[in-house]
Formats: sequence, C-alpha cells, structure tokens
Amino acid sequence: MLLLDKETFEPEVLKAEGYVFVDFFGDGCAPCEALMPHVMALSEKYGDKLKFTKLNTTKARRLAIGQKILGLPVIAVYKDGEKVEELIKEDATPENVEAMIQKYI
Amino acid sequence: MSKIYDVLIIGAGPAGLSAGLYAGRARLSTLIIEKEKDGGQIVLTSEVENYPGCLEGESGPTLVDRMAEQAKHFGAEKVYDEILEVKLDGKEKVLVGKKGEYVGKTVIIAGGATSKPIGCPGEKTFTGKGVSYCATCDASFFEDFEVFVVGGGDTAVEEAMYLTKFARKVTVIHRRNELRAAKSIQQKAFANPKMNFMWDSVVVEIKGDGLVNSMVVKNVKTGELTEIVADEEDGTFGIFGFIGYEPKTKIFEGILNIQNGYLVTDEDMKTNIEGVYAAGDIRVKSLRQVVTAAADGAIAAVQAEKYIESL
Repeated sequence: MLLLDKETFEPEVLKAEGYVFVDFFGDGCAPCEALMPHVMALSEKYGDKLKFTKLNTTKARRLAIGQKILGLPVIAVYKDGEKVEELIKEDATPENVEAMIQKYI
Repeated sequence: MSKIYDVLIIGAGPAGLSAGLYAGRARLSTLIIEKEKDGGQIVLTSEVENYPGCLEGESGPTLVDRMAEQAKHFGAEKVYDEILEVKLDGKEKVLVGKKGEYVGKTVIIAGGATSKPIGCPGEKTFTGKGVSYCATCDASFFEDFEVFVVGGGDTAVEEAMYLTKFARKVTVIHRRNELRAAKSIQQKAFANPKMNFMWDSVVVEIKGDGLVNSMVVKNVKTGELTEIVADEEDGTFGIFGFIGYEPKTKIFEGILNIQNGYLVTDEDMKTNIEGVYAAGDIRVKSLRQVVTAAADGAIAAVQAEKYIESL
C-alpha cells in the first residue's frame, strides 16, 4: 500500500488516470488505527485490480482540507483525479469499504 | 459443531476486558467478541487522570493497551465480529455474528454505548466536514481555527480544553446556565483564556457548502436565534458534540429487561436470564466511568464462574 505525503499526493492521485483508493488517516486517531489492518488486508486482496494509497493528514493538513477532509477516518476512491465516493467515520466499516472497492474494480 | 465456551463476552472495552481477565484467570474458556476496536469510548480520550493508579501522561489508548494485554495474558481469546442476534434461553447461549456463531454457557454483555448525536438538521451531512465527536481524531484540522463544543459535562469540558491546544478559540455551547462537569475541571476551564461559553443554548441547524460554514444557535430561555458564520479567512469552523451516549441494546429488546435503553441488572450484574450478565455503560447505573466498568466486568465474571460451577 503506497504511503503518500503532501508532495506525492498530486502526482499519485490527482494526476493519475483511472481509479485510486485513498485511506485518509492521522496521528492520534484511534478509529483510523483500528481500521488500518482491515484496509491493509483489502489492499492485499484487491491490490492487483485497484491502486491502494494512504495519506497521513496530520502531516498534510492543508492538502486534506483542500480535499474537503475535515474529520477522520475517510476512505475515498478517486477517478482521474476527482473524488467519486467516500466513506466517512462510522460509515467506514470494513464491510462498507470492501463493498465500495468492488464497485470500482 | 462450535466450541462451547464457558464465557462469551460481547465488547472489548474496559468492562469486557476486565471480565475477560477475571474469567481467564479463573481458568474459564473465554471469548471476547469485539465489533470494531479494543477499548470502547475511552480510546478517543487523550488524557485519563481519574482512573485509580493512572499517573501523568496516561491516555485512553495506553490504558486500554495494558488491559487488553492483561486479558490476553490470562488466556482470554478475542475475535472481531458484530453480534446481530442472541439466543439466550436454554443451557447453551448462542450469539449470532456477521462472521460466525458463538456458543457459551454464560454471556457477559459489555457492548457499551455510542456518542449521542446533537440532533439537528445538517449534522449528518457535515459529519467529517466540520462536525465531529472525536477531538483526538480531528483537533489538528482546526489548528488556529475556531471550534464549538456542544455539551456541559466532564467529557465536553475536557475535550474543549484539549481543543484549546489547537484552536485559537473554543466556545462551549450548553443548554443550561451552568456546567455539569466536576468542579476541578470547571475551574481549569474558566481560567483558560481560549475558552468561551454560550449558556442556555442549543444548536438547531448546521449549514455549509462542502464544509461547514455557519450554524444557527437558539437560546432556550428567550427563543432568540443567532447565526454563527465562519470567519472569512478560515472559511469553516469545527463543531464537536459531547452530549452523552446511547447504549447499544437493540438486539436485546424483548429478551432482556431494558430501562431507558439500558440493561437492567442487580448488584451482581445478573440480568433477568440465568447465566446472562451485563457490565459497563450498557447497564442501568449511576456512574459511567472506566473504573466502574472494570468493576462490573470483574463482578460479572466471578458470578459467571459461580453459575458454571453450579451447573
């Protein structure tokens, strides 16, 4: 799973063609930490069909706000640089995340 | 044929982990079934100072990590699943989860509670877009911005204080004219120059465009409505809701005695069904704290042991 930062987000997500999965997490975010192992497992399962990335928003605050992220965790799918779907906080359950992935592979 | 455990525990918060530790230590085969993450509500708290034995620098996650480690050390097993249905009559209790079924001689229900929503239009739309119930998760987004905290109890005031480390201004919006929080916390809050208070007020609408940019607050005594608009440069502000919790007892309706949503037990954590106990925030009680949850868990486990011996 590709770890992005404020420099690599643009080329890897915003300028990418096709679908990109982004896990927005942050330091001290316990729900993000709890979700991470499930997301890693999904990236193993679907990694050949979808590009999996994650971004630590604590180190990229302005970038996150620019992507309309003001609360964590958020699991999003981008298409050709545009966010097409996102699961926010309580809605970001492992089941919902997998269902969303299946829509875009 | 499923393994028949001595004790099934729903929930891996302090009540469930304490029950797991005591049951494990009593050499009972124990399975803790957790829906999401270990620790329950307390993992969202950056600082815990009132759990007996906690010194400076204790956080929810550090405390819970040790509880989970301890329960594991004494042999309690854990699985991540969500219980959708319970079959509690009969000698064998069956818990039906999303991923599997679990069978045990006793069940300790320690499923806890979730944050109560503020209950106004726009709240759900803007969750994660300015509205939050987790200060430790989202405080850093609001560095140098303005935030509002809805609530007046310990949690609301403590989290508001935590937010002052990030936000340039924190305003507590409370529906009464005095806080319910402990006096020591109130003192600290009133002395903090970044803390402000709107009394007798409730949030009646949250509005925005992609992100929150305004809200309407009503004075419950005068009925007056005030619109709060985000600072032009900021463009947004944070609204954190800390107004209490709702117990998760839907699956027990019609099976266990429930009062105002909470499970009814006696002093020994016994519900109306033999071999079924409740521990922690999910039960009717006067004080919901980590220490009382841990106590409930221990009592429930010891009762479960006694019951099993009598079988």
